[in-house]
Amino acid sequence: MSHDVVSAKDLSLTFQTDDGPVHALSGVDLSVKKGEFVSFIGPSGCGKTTFLRVIADLEKPTGGEIQVNGVDPEAARKARAYGYVFQAASLYPWRTIERNVGLPLEIMGYTADETRQRIARTLELVNLSGFEKKYPWQLSGGMQQRASIARALAFDADLLLMDEPFGALDEIVRDHLNEQLLKLWDKTDKTICFVTHSIPEAVYLSTKIVVMSPRPGRVSDVIESSLPKQRPLDIRESEEFLKIAHRVRDGLRAGHSYDE
Amino acid sequence: MDGKGKTIPVLTVLAAVVAIWYACVVWMNAPFEYDKAERAGTEIGFSQLVSNTMTQERPVLPAAHQVAEEMYKTIVLKKFTSKRSLVYHGWITLSATLLGFAIGTALGILLAVGIVHNRAMDKSVMPWVIASQTIPILAVAPMIIVVLNAVGLSGLLPKALISTYLSFFPVVVGMVKGLRSPDRAQLDLMHTYSASTAQTFWKLRWPSSMPYLFTSLKIAIAISLVGAIVGELPTGAVAGLGARLLAGSYYGQTIQIWSALFTAAILAAVLVMIVGLAHSYVLRRMGQKPEGAAT
Repeated sequence: MSHDVVSAKDLSLTFQTDDGPVHALSGVDLSVKKGEFVSFIGPSGCGKTTFLRVIADLEKPTGGEIQVNGVDPEAARKARAYGYVFQAASLYPWRTIERNVGLPLEIMGYTADETRQRIARTLELVNLSGFEKKYPWQLSGGMQQRASIARALAFDADLLLMDEPFGALDEIVRDHLNEQLLKLWDKTDKTICFVTHSIPEAVYLSTKIVVMSPRPGRVSDVIESSLPKQRPLDIRESEEFLKIAHRVRDGLRAGHSYDE
Repeated sequence: MDGKGKTIPVLTVLAAVVAIWYACVVWMNAPFEYDKAERAGTEIGFSQLVSNTMTQERPVLPAAHQVAEEMYKTIVLKKFTSKRSLVYHGWITLSATLLGFAIGTALGILLAVGIVHNRAMDKSVMPWVIASQTIPILAVAPMIIVVLNAVGLSGLLPKALISTYLSFFPVVVGMVKGLRSPDRAQLDLMHTYSASTAQTFWKLRWPSSMPYLFTSLKIAIAISLVGAIVGELPTGAVAGLGARLLAGSYYGQTIQIWSALFTAAILAAVLVMIVGLAHSYVLRRMGQKPEGAAT
């Protein structure tokens, strides 16, 4: 029995569309170990989001094998193996922040007492204590996304799947949330799979960077980061950081076809 | 928009309507006065003509004040239990309206839930729902009344069922749209929690559909009233606003017809307003962003 949180072997997924088959994923071999922070980076259509959705059992692969915590994705989903953070915060507008964070707990049947404690704990983790009674529209975009991270953390899944969670936010808020996310990862010891468009974001956050390329969606490079676990924001000016960023850029360029 | 900004335009339109109304009263009731003068062999002056056209007992078009006076007499002065009280007739119609509206709303919601959750119903029910509304209700109403009478149902329920027939339609259409309004990510979120269909319904689809439901209910309550009135026409019912309209037209009591019409219109406005208040109350309770608030 391996200790891999996610392990994919020759995984492929083909969507049948009116314009013929689209190979969203093709021959993906990858493993994510416990405690890793893995970023998936690549241009649109490279299958990074699709791969995350396969892990989450939101899409079914059409070929190959994938296991999450040693079982198939459906069983992992039913065992509440992961929390998923979407690109948009997707908070329910008729629920207050605390009731949004409590939504998975309600569905999973936690007691009222337990629910209250967990809401308080996770909101503190994302620095949103004091905003329990607010409605989503009363919060800024960055705060809404933090609330949605709290919601994904509320039921203590060890795996956090994040699909471009900061993509819609401005640079300053993004830097701030990146820093907070690293602290949170350090504190909670979670395994994180993180989809992004941004090279600096991927290099800054990750212990492993998976570079992907489109048509068909495949892995073109896997980079183990040599950066230390403690990362102040100014590590982004270090030589080591720039070297990794350079390799990511090379990987993206090699995988990208310029014939269009 | 603030209340003050609306008052002047509304009053202007109202004044224009009343002015046109009175002009029509003189114009439409004048032939009768000319005839009368001719038969008596006298001439009639313009000012006499104008005042006469507004005091006829059975005018072609009654004047606004005649209608208002009749409504005052039959709504305020008459005892509620009197057969000539419009409150009495209004209540008969209102009770059928409300019962029909309640059944129609329940039926509409149930059908919408079925359509959203069941593929076979999605394909098969909607065309029938739409077809049902292409049949003129005036043609169907007598048959419904007669058929139900034959099986021993009479009185309130047959009329209410005609209201139901009209009012379930906007509810089905609105609720199908409302229950399908959650976006992909909101639904995916429920899937990642392995939520049951019932949980997804009560925690996501149902709250999402509230704005759609109330918009539909506003239409439904108004056409429920129309349905109840239409239901009173073919049976020669003795009570209800529809019966007043019918009796009025038998005996040429135009003032009575117009009074019943206005009572029905006021009733419809009040009902729609009540649904509107419930709408804003529910959305406020659901933490809706107040209009004009900054993000």
